[in-house]
Amino acid sequence: MNRRKLYSYFGTGILGSALLITFMFLLVFIVRMFWMGASVLSWDFLFQAPKQAMTAGGILPAIVGTFWLTAIAIGIALPLGIMTAIFLTSYGKPAWLVRVVKITINTLAGTPSIIYGLFGMAVFVSMMKLDVSMIAGAFTLAILALPMIINATEEALRGVPRDFHDASLALGATKRQTIMRVMIPTALPNILTGAIISIGRIAGETAPIMFTAATFYSRLLPKRLNDEVMALPYHIYALMTEGTHAEKQVPIAYGTALVLLVLVLGISSVAMYVRYSIRRKRKW
Amino acid sequence: MKCYKEKVFQAVTYTASLFTILALAGILFSLFREGLPFFNRVSLSQFLFTNSWYPTHELPEFGAWALIVGSLYVTLGALLIGVPLGLGSAIFISEIAGNRLKEIAKPVIELLAGIPSVVYGLFGMAFLAPLVREWFNLDTGLNVFTGSIILGLMIVPIVASMSEDALSNVPKSIREAALALGATKIECIFRTVVPAARSGIIGSVLLGFGRAIGETMVVLMVTGGSAQIPKTIFASARPITSTIAAEMGETVVGDLHYQSLFALAILLFGITFISNLITEMVFLRRSLR
Amino acid sequence: MVKPSISTQNLNLWFAKQQVLHDVNIDIHDKKVTAIIGPSGCGKSTLLRCFNRMNDLIPETRIEGKVSIGDLDIYSSKADVTSIRARVGMVFQKPNPFPKSIYNNVAFGLAIQGKYSKCDIHSRVEESLRAAWLWEEVKDRLHSPAMALSGGQQQRLCIARALANNPEVLLLDEPTSALDPQSTAKIEELCLDLKKNVSILIVTHNIAQAGRISDYTAFMYLGQLVEFDHTEKVFTVPGDKRTEAYLTGVFG
Repeated sequence: MNRRKLYSYFGTGILGSALLITFMFLLVFIVRMFWMGASVLSWDFLFQAPKQAMTAGGILPAIVGTFWLTAIAIGIALPLGIMTAIFLTSYGKPAWLVRVVKITINTLAGTPSIIYGLFGMAVFVSMMKLDVSMIAGAFTLAILALPMIINATEEALRGVPRDFHDASLALGATKRQTIMRVMIPTALPNILTGAIISIGRIAGETAPIMFTAATFYSRLLPKRLNDEVMALPYHIYALMTEGTHAEKQVPIAYGTALVLLVLVLGISSVAMYVRYSIRRKRKW
Repeated sequence: MKCYKEKVFQAVTYTASLFTILALAGILFSLFREGLPFFNRVSLSQFLFTNSWYPTHELPEFGAWALIVGSLYVTLGALLIGVPLGLGSAIFISEIAGNRLKEIAKPVIELLAGIPSVVYGLFGMAFLAPLVREWFNLDTGLNVFTGSIILGLMIVPIVASMSEDALSNVPKSIREAALALGATKIECIFRTVVPAARSGIIGSVLLGFGRAIGETMVVLMVTGGSAQIPKTIFASARPITSTIAAEMGETVVGDLHYQSLFALAILLFGITFISNLITEMVFLRRSLR
Repeated sequence: MVKPSISTQNLNLWFAKQQVLHDVNIDIHDKKVTAIIGPSGCGKSTLLRCFNRMNDLIPETRIEGKVSIGDLDIYSSKADVTSIRARVGMVFQKPNPFPKSIYNNVAFGLAIQGKYSKCDIHSRVEESLRAAWLWEEVKDRLHSPAMALSGGQQQRLCIARALANNPEVLLLDEPTSALDPQSTAKIEELCLDLKKNVSILIVTHNIAQAGRISDYTAFMYLGQLVEFDHTEKVFTVPGDKRTEAYLTGVFG
């Protein structure tokens, strides 16, 4: 009896400490990031271009670059992803095509991001002669986002009760009308949540844009689609591994990381909050 | 008119789906187009099983064994850290924690999943590596050990959220049965709930493996980068992904070095593809049952 | 009068702010079958779950009053909940075998206690399966998965699993409501056989079933114990109008 009780406390303790260690890490991580990052953060940091070979100045071009890369990528991936999810949930014929598409999505979802980078470099940069440019990077990121958006949308559409769908058809609506006027509006909050989460992911990716879009140093904001751009994640990497003034670059890297972290975590908290409030409201 | 709109709409959804297939086909095509010519010059066995990676020498050598081993070491290390933490957290959250803690812990773990890998890399490089160097009295803190810790923490949310799903899918009646027979909570968890969620848990570990072996930024920034087989856990290593990322900039499009990096990418794709396949088979078996 | 195996004194139970049991006083007789009947939501399952403290699992449950098994007050701070549950077997509405082999299902209760030898466990498993009338059907495939059994067999497996702990009381929570008539009949007969060794408490929706197998019947309504007496008496000359109304099908 005593031994069983001992095991019981011991087991609970071990499981609890796993969670505790995870939390502790997150705490140390967040505190460190805010501590180091906040010391360089200022309006000038956010709204100026880098100066003196990255040892001073701000990160505005990187913020703008990340914004455009992400916006274009999501703008491409969202309609494609939603349409694919509609195909999977509502048409779903022929069955072999559905299987092939699903296998494709799963494979894409499991493919390392560096491989997307190589693909973008070989196809968009070299073959399509887009050079290292914002548009090449955005295309690459769009394909990376595609499986995430398809999966989220598919799940959202499958979450719409069958009754709604049947009721609409019974009222004489066509399949397209049912999808566009019943299925999509009902699933929209969940679809958007999925989209927001993938925005967070895309904005933080480094490997796919390394060889397709990102540049180390640019004083100018990106103006055209075929300009090279700075981006927050790549900027952090570059500051840590290139250049010669580590003592000046590391604080800037922390500052950049803090901006990226606040952006990305801010975006995903919004998504989580939206989803939470949907779950509360909906009763079916 | 109505009929025409229906047809167009359906055609659009088909086209979108085909585009997904096209994307994967494009990835495969580009990898093989750029990577396969490499094997005309270097044999497969030389590439896979010899141990000197000197791509820029006058007489370049392309033996990727040390890189493969580097990847496996770091991934294994990451799993050793990430699986106990992730699985332990998942079990605690799903089985022991009260509703209050659950409502806090789940979003926190999800938040962890949202942190970009380059920020983990920065944290490892600028914070953890110097500490490791001091604690263990090393020349550099950028090594397999530090890389494994960071990568391990990075896969915690993946392992945790998926095994938590698997655990919460175990029917409540099974827990009731075990408790009604006089099992303690811990006995109930480890003897009935965890075994019942086994396939989902295995799936989460495989997913963590795929994520860890394919991760680039953390290993690029934190594991040091010497292309040797690491002799101790405090030695530096150069996994496949970081080799690709670090060396691509030095290559000329189409030269042998460039092709060799695509060959590495084919290898990497193969590894993740197989681990995905196994994951899926694990799940398929469960859904058949 | 025989010594009661389970008795409650002024048992009150709340789920959060809602009171589910009101002042229940009942003495369950040893080695008899006692049926608890009543309309849905009257608290009969909740009462049953008080006897092995399964209500502890529901958050915000509050209990007042005393429940004793033999001489042990099971809600006292000294009582050990796992050993109570080992002394009181329970079978649920839907068969819930573990996704393990037949053998390991029955052996579970003994294995967790860690004080029995392999040999002891082996003989207990056979004994319990025999007692639950399952041995002949499964003796050749003890190590195949329990999930492959039919619904009725699964439920008898759950009974065998509970019996393996050698309980003093067996709690059956609508054990046949998910089963076909044949399996139901078999389990009813089994109950009559088992009461030689163990007190049986059965919650049922099926009035006829209560009439067929029980020695005593308790009728519950809105969380109160309305009537408790010999089954024959309750069924033929009920002492309360509500009991009569329920038995004749006026409400239910």
